[in-house]
Amino acid sequence: MTFRKSYLVLALVGGLALSLGAARADTSQSSAPEMQPQVARQSWSFAGPFGKFDPEQLQRGFKVYHDVCSACHSLNLVSFRDLADPTGPAFSEAQVKALAATYKIEDGPNDSGQMFQRPGRPSDHFPWTFPNPEAAKAALGAVPPDMSDLAKARTYPRPFPLFIFDAFTQYQEQGPDYIVALLNGFTRPDDPHWNLYFPGHKIAMPKPLTDGQVKYTDGSPETLAQYSRDVAAFLYWAAEPKLDERKEMGLRVIAFLLVFAALLYFTKRRIWEGVRH
Amino acid sequence: MSGQPIYVPKSGLAKWFETRLPLFGFLHHSFVAIPNPRNLNYWWTFGGILAFMLGFQIATGVVLAMHYTPDSKLAFLSVEHIMRDVNYGWLLRYAHANGASMFFAVVYIHMLRGLYYGSYKAPREVLWILGVIIYLLMMATGFLGYTLPWGQMSFWGATVITSLFGAIPLVGSTITTWLWGGYAVDNATLNRFYALHYLLPFMILGVVFLHIWALHVVGSNNPLGVEKKTEKDTLPFHPYFTAKDGFALVVFLIVFAWFVFYIPSYLGDADNYIQANPLQTPAEIVPEWYYLPYYAILRSIPSKILGVTALFSAILLFAFLPWLDRSPVRSASFRPLYRIFFWLFVATVVGLGYIGANRPEGAYVIAGRILTICYFSFFLIVLPLLPLIEKTKPLPASIADAVLGRPARPSLNPGHSSASEVR
Repeated sequence: MTFRKSYLVLALVGGLALSLGAARADTSQSSAPEMQPQVARQSWSFAGPFGKFDPEQLQRGFKVYHDVCSACHSLNLVSFRDLADPTGPAFSEAQVKALAATYKIEDGPNDSGQMFQRPGRPSDHFPWTFPNPEAAKAALGAVPPDMSDLAKARTYPRPFPLFIFDAFTQYQEQGPDYIVALLNGFTRPDDPHWNLYFPGHKIAMPKPLTDGQVKYTDGSPETLAQYSRDVAAFLYWAAEPKLDERKEMGLRVIAFLLVFAALLYFTKRRIWEGVRH
Repeated sequence: MSGQPIYVPKSGLAKWFETRLPLFGFLHHSFVAIPNPRNLNYWWTFGGILAFMLGFQIATGVVLAMHYTPDSKLAFLSVEHIMRDVNYGWLLRYAHANGASMFFAVVYIHMLRGLYYGSYKAPREVLWILGVIIYLLMMATGFLGYTLPWGQMSFWGATVITSLFGAIPLVGSTITTWLWGGYAVDNATLNRFYALHYLLPFMILGVVFLHIWALHVVGSNNPLGVEKKTEKDTLPFHPYFTAKDGFALVVFLIVFAWFVFYIPSYLGDADNYIQANPLQTPAEIVPEWYYLPYYAILRSIPSKILGVTALFSAILLFAFLPWLDRSPVRSASFRPLYRIFFWLFVATVVGLGYIGANRPEGAYVIAGRILTICYFSFFLIVLPLLPLIEKTKPLPASIADAVLGRPARPSLNPGHSSASEVR
């Protein structure tokens, strides 16, 4: 017997654990009807090894953020010029400049020691509606979370053995999937603060989006289903702006390493040829 | 074939240097000529991978440190600055964060290899204990590093772990205050953690040097667990093991790249993308995956002080392996019973890790307690007592005999065939 054969034992133990885990997941589902329903997997252009953001979707998603979310939520870590990123929303520079100019940014102090307001520039970050979290809390009852990292800061449980598969299927989009589910989870018309997917079901944010609320110019359906997917994609871009670059580089790196590994394997075989070990 | 036994300086300059500092002779001896058992399998390639990972973590870490700000108000933002604005900052940061996980994954394989083949037994006790010290330093470094992004899990993880010292009778709260540099985890804590996170890897480097020195004194163990005796048992390190280790390293890098480029957040916690907030406790505080088995042991014991004691004993027991395991036979290949217990131990640790990731409720508590007992039983009952009942298989007379196909000499004493092996 060698280490390799002993590996079989590990496989057996693993299989046993797998079945136990599945059995446990079954019982917990049947015994707890109060649990959150499973978040639905969406299909995203940016999923998988060849994933890329869809600029049109990000532009629509930005419009949803701009027209609706930004009333309460900040986007502190994102600057206007980021919107011109060709692997992101890919707005033109003129569009970004015009958009930035619609914002008032506090600057200063000037030569006379006064703070002043000036129109935004592409290098400015998105300003928040509220001067400070306390003001937001006083107005809304709770501080709305900053949206820059939101799509990476939210997730939902992936019980065993799903989380094992996720490593192989490259499932990294739990955040946007959860955001889509949440935006579609306001299922009690009598209670705008009740959400099917929010842990505990009581969410401070009342139902934010409804059909027809945001006007699209590219003919996409103006429905909640479409809005929620677009804004979730936009938020994932805001949280992970280098995704396209990362996945493209990954492809090249892994292709290189595979070739390199093959060459080293044959080199090693050649060196060890005829050497019993 | 290269791999000459002695380094001979060729040029005049090399001769001049070698007579003043025999550095190249030392390197040649250590990494070219050194004879290794010829039967080392791929489980022996992880030491080289670990050396690579230490260098990789130091290199990426130094560059990250150039862009990072250790201030409780700015740390989170500076990490986001690295992710968004620094050229290839996202790559450095993801590679460093996932690199820590890879480092631990590889060190666990390396340790289990040692456990399976009895690499800690005489004359390798010091080599093994130096490894345990490296592992302890790694755990400290990993924990300190995880606090630096100053996300929710950084902050609350640091709070939970440093509070463990509060369990020490009489001086507990004094020690915790001293560790924190105040009365709570705050800016002072972050600053010292950053300084220590930069310091410890270089201490690891020093102990790694001793680890390799000790290795070159006693030589590698091997899958048969039989000491090398003649030159026929060995092959020079270069080119045989440089080629084998190099191939294994590149295969490892493919796995590493998969994580960095495709699933960089898989091993992280979503909550750590929320800036630390001392007023808001996350729903669940979970450490990084590589601490989960110990976390499960900690939580399995209802008393805090006993839990902390169990946690530290669970780690320190590894240092006592050379004396806990009384079997004269090293390799599990010749220990049919030990082999079963070894895999049960692996299953126990994996099970504890799974429990550590879940909320301590209901069946998880009971399972955690049972597995904690199993964990300690392996060290304190199985290892010392197993040799009394285990009938080991006959050992080959030498590595060359086993590998080059000569029939193994029948042992004179089948029950303890390896008695001659004891030193």
